Amino acid sequence: MSAFRFIGKPWTKVDGPPKTTGETRYADDLFLPRMLYGKLLRSHLPHAKIIRLDVAKARALPGVYAVITGADLPEKFGIMPSSQDEETLCLDKVRYVGDPIAAAAAVDEETAERACEAIEVEYEPLAPVMSIEDAVAETGIRIQEYGDGPGPNVHKNVSLEFGDLARGFAEADHIREDVFFFQGNTHLPMEQHSAVAQCDAAGRVTLWTSSQTPHYVHRALSKVLGLPMSRTRVIATPVGGGFGGKSDPFSHELAAAKLAMLTGRPVKITLTREEVFYAHRGRHPVLMWFRTGVRRDGRITACHVKTFLDGGAYGSYGIATTYYTGALQTVTYAIPAYKFEGTRLWTNKPPCGPKRGHGTPQPRFAIEVQLDKLAGDLGLDPATIRLVNATSPFTRTVNHLRITSNGLRECVERVVQASGFREKHGRLPLGRGVGLAVSTYLSGAGLPIYWNDMPHSEVQLRVDRGGGVMVYCGAIDIGQGSDSVLAGIVAEVLGLDPREISLVTADTDLTPIDLGSYSSRVTFMAGNAALQAAQKMRDLLLAAVSEHLEVEPDRLTFGDHRIYDTERPERGVLFPEAATLAEVMFGTLTTVGSYRPPKLSGAFKGSGVGPSPAYSFSAAIVEVTVDAATGDVRPERVWIAHDIGRAINETLVIGQIEGSVYMGLGEALMEEQIFRKGLHKVPSMLEYKSPTFLEMPPVETILVTTGDPEGPFGAKEAGQGPLLPVIPAVANAVYDAIGVRIDEVPISPDKVLTALEHKAKGQEGRVGPKGIPPFRFREPLKVEPPVGWSTPWRQGLPIAGGAPGLPVDRHTGTALSDARPQGLVPFPDEDTPDAASGPSSAEEP
Amino acid sequence: MKVSLTLRINGETRDVIAPTHKTLLELLREDLGLTGTKHGCELGECGTCTVLVDGTPVLSCLTLPVEVQDRDVTTIEGLAQGGELHPLQTAFSELGAAQCGYCTPGMVLAAKALLDRNPSPTPEDISQWLAGNLCRCTGYAKILEAVDLAAGRMRR
Repeated sequence: MSAFRFIGKPWTKVDGPPKTTGETRYADDLFLPRMLYGKLLRSHLPHAKIIRLDVAKARALPGVYAVITGADLPEKFGIMPSSQDEETLCLDKVRYVGDPIAAAAAVDEETAERACEAIEVEYEPLAPVMSIEDAVAETGIRIQEYGDGPGPNVHKNVSLEFGDLARGFAEADHIREDVFFFQGNTHLPMEQHSAVAQCDAAGRVTLWTSSQTPHYVHRALSKVLGLPMSRTRVIATPVGGGFGGKSDPFSHELAAAKLAMLTGRPVKITLTREEVFYAHRGRHPVLMWFRTGVRRDGRITACHVKTFLDGGAYGSYGIATTYYTGALQTVTYAIPAYKFEGTRLWTNKPPCGPKRGHGTPQPRFAIEVQLDKLAGDLGLDPATIRLVNATSPFTRTVNHLRITSNGLRECVERVVQASGFREKHGRLPLGRGVGLAVSTYLSGAGLPIYWNDMPHSEVQLRVDRGGGVMVYCGAIDIGQGSDSVLAGIVAEVLGLDPREISLVTADTDLTPIDLGSYSSRVTFMAGNAALQAAQKMRDLLLAAVSEHLEVEPDRLTFGDHRIYDTERPERGVLFPEAATLAEVMFGTLTTVGSYRPPKLSGAFKGSGVGPSPAYSFSAAIVEVTVDAATGDVRPERVWIAHDIGRAINETLVIGQIEGSVYMGLGEALMEEQIFRKGLHKVPSMLEYKSPTFLEMPPVETILVTTGDPEGPFGAKEAGQGPLLPVIPAVANAVYDAIGVRIDEVPISPDKVLTALEHKAKGQEGRVGPKGIPPFRFREPLKVEPPVGWSTPWRQGLPIAGGAPGLPVDRHTGTALSDARPQGLVPFPDEDTPDAASGPSSAEEP
Repeated sequence: MKVSLTLRINGETRDVIAPTHKTLLELLREDLGLTGTKHGCELGECGTCTVLVDGTPVLSCLTLPVEVQDRDVTTIEGLAQGGELHPLQTAFSELGAAQCGYCTPGMVLAAKALLDRNPSPTPEDISQWLAGNLCRCTGYAKILEAVDLAAGRMRR
């Protein structure tokens, strides 16, 4: 029985109605007076020097107002402080097909296109590097000017070792080595990226853009234009699908701003669908080697992971992605000795970056398939091997990650029960099978992208004398429902309806900071900031009503639009009257809230990627039918359980989970970003296969409520974690159905048929990479595990925002003191403030 | 070359002069201010730009305005009547069938055409009918439920 009015329940999202009427204005829906249209000229070669670039003819065309090249915006930018490797328009060299080299603004789109066609470019083609193997081989071709080495095309080279690996493997009764490949794929948001820029007569620049990270775009814009941040303003328009693909600052945004400055007129640049495919920043292709030792009962004794990431031509988020391929395996499984070696390589392809799950779906696929194989080797069932290794609540991992609430075991048990897994696994007729996998994900990254000690999210709240409530926050709704989360939390605390809360979001002039809609951070971080601001506002209202009614504040209750005396409920005031009383007492009614995660990174280089104030957990079972004649894999049904902490809005959480299942199935079965001689093979929505209504099976969603002590009202993330188990669950189901192992994603019909053919010939029924190329990983940084890492430090903690039926405790949530380790086991990071300080650790998380 | 056209959009007669090759999508968004119609590919692949012509869903990115003269064009702006949302719009809102909302106008219009033809569609009917409209957020589940919910309410 919940004491909440909205939290934990299904309710209509606040931006629902306008999204069904066409009222919601996305970036490309903006038409400003005198607006010009911009286009980018992009390289058609994957790797070449620019010998000559002449824009004179383009500038002379009627209707063309400005043409710019790299020389107009020479300052480099990039999302990570240590990857400032992108030029708005390439100066000397192009590194992938689609690399922009010039931009034109004209009276209409067609004229801008003609201007781009009139630009004369002379290239000196260079040999391209198109694969992980090419990049590792030291051929003398160099794509970028920097990197960790040893070869010229090695962007990152990292190695970390936790615990005694040799001893762990020595204690194993059984060891497996497996190699996996996860092909790259892309976000494919329905909305093409779009930006509109304007420069007013005073020289102030405003950029409206479909961005998940307006704050980081604001920083890049200021840097590249050479204007202080106070002279530029970024407004993120409602994003028509992001999934990570709109998290970088992009050339078209910066070029639109420069063109607007030069012409004195607004300029819009909207990418074509083909350009969106080349803008990319999607899932890295990753080649992986996993060596895991287990005891007879299935307990893991040691795990050694090597990953090779095909990064594309620029850094993007790649440093973080590299570490993420090694970070979270330990959060689901209590692995006592763990070694991770990872490298990100430069190739002449569009840069890869973050896509839903950011660097963790690839290794999650590998470890979940390998565990399935290990279970088979040991004669254990796939659920049992996961349960014996599952991490516990309020423990730490061998690689220094702090786990708070943890519903992993319950997730496994619930999906196993709901699906009848134990009755089905290994027992369905040939061609039909079930597969299980689990996962975890961050509720927001513990560290910001650039080093600073400021809050990650801030909210201002204003109540006017008519009882209106306005929330100001930098968060941007990309469809995940962040507006509804902000409104729901404030409404819950103040006894109002979420629809009555007005929102101003994602405008660097009007709203305090939120770092952006990435790493599943908004509900947790902006939610906590909103909760704090709302609780402070509640205190102001209580003080005023208390004086008016002559009742102590702790006897007052916020009911439905009314504040009343708990002992004499007929005595009370309506919300607008309370607002008036409070304004008389305090003046303008504004409060603020902010959230900064606790310092969670370990005292070693590389410890900045992986920590999060809380982790979600998921378990999925997929049932498939495999057609042995065509190789077609058809998912019949999916069961998924997700530890959400507590849902702020159940409708939205289930929507996120269903959408994650969908996207996971697409990645598992059909989606791939692939190239031929530098050209994208399938740069259209028809050729790039994604699931339609007809490919989507029924999904049974189970929400597991654990009430995280630091999440707002106990909430954790839902947007990314549930994608992760789906992909390996499909692979495991295919094996259960037809006895072949596809150790490579996507599991397309050709691979299934090849594996079946091999099996029929008496060979190993497997398709996947044969091995990994020779590569010199750097000497590992050896790190001792935290003392007593697997022992729970605490069992139960109060929840931010209050548990059901209990009074809200305003001292939890944003202060975070209650969730810090207490008692016998010291948490080593607490007293090592230097663990993650200084610019180097922000750049080298 | 430009042509002078008279179009009937959401029951209103609109006169426009536009290049002959300008698509209905572009005309609606750029000349008539009807930005509720979205676009995902402009190549007829995603269904996002769906509008109704005499009640039939068409892809406005592949339609020339000259083809729809003297016919009734309905865009998403024409669906709510007298400030009251269509049952499909209400159901999409309530069930969270619009996440990012970008495919929603096309999806809602395509669904309306289905319900106008078949007031009691099965889940298979809905899936078949809407298979040409892509959505990347929802996994289609809530859209299916919303169409079903709206159909039930409209039958009452």
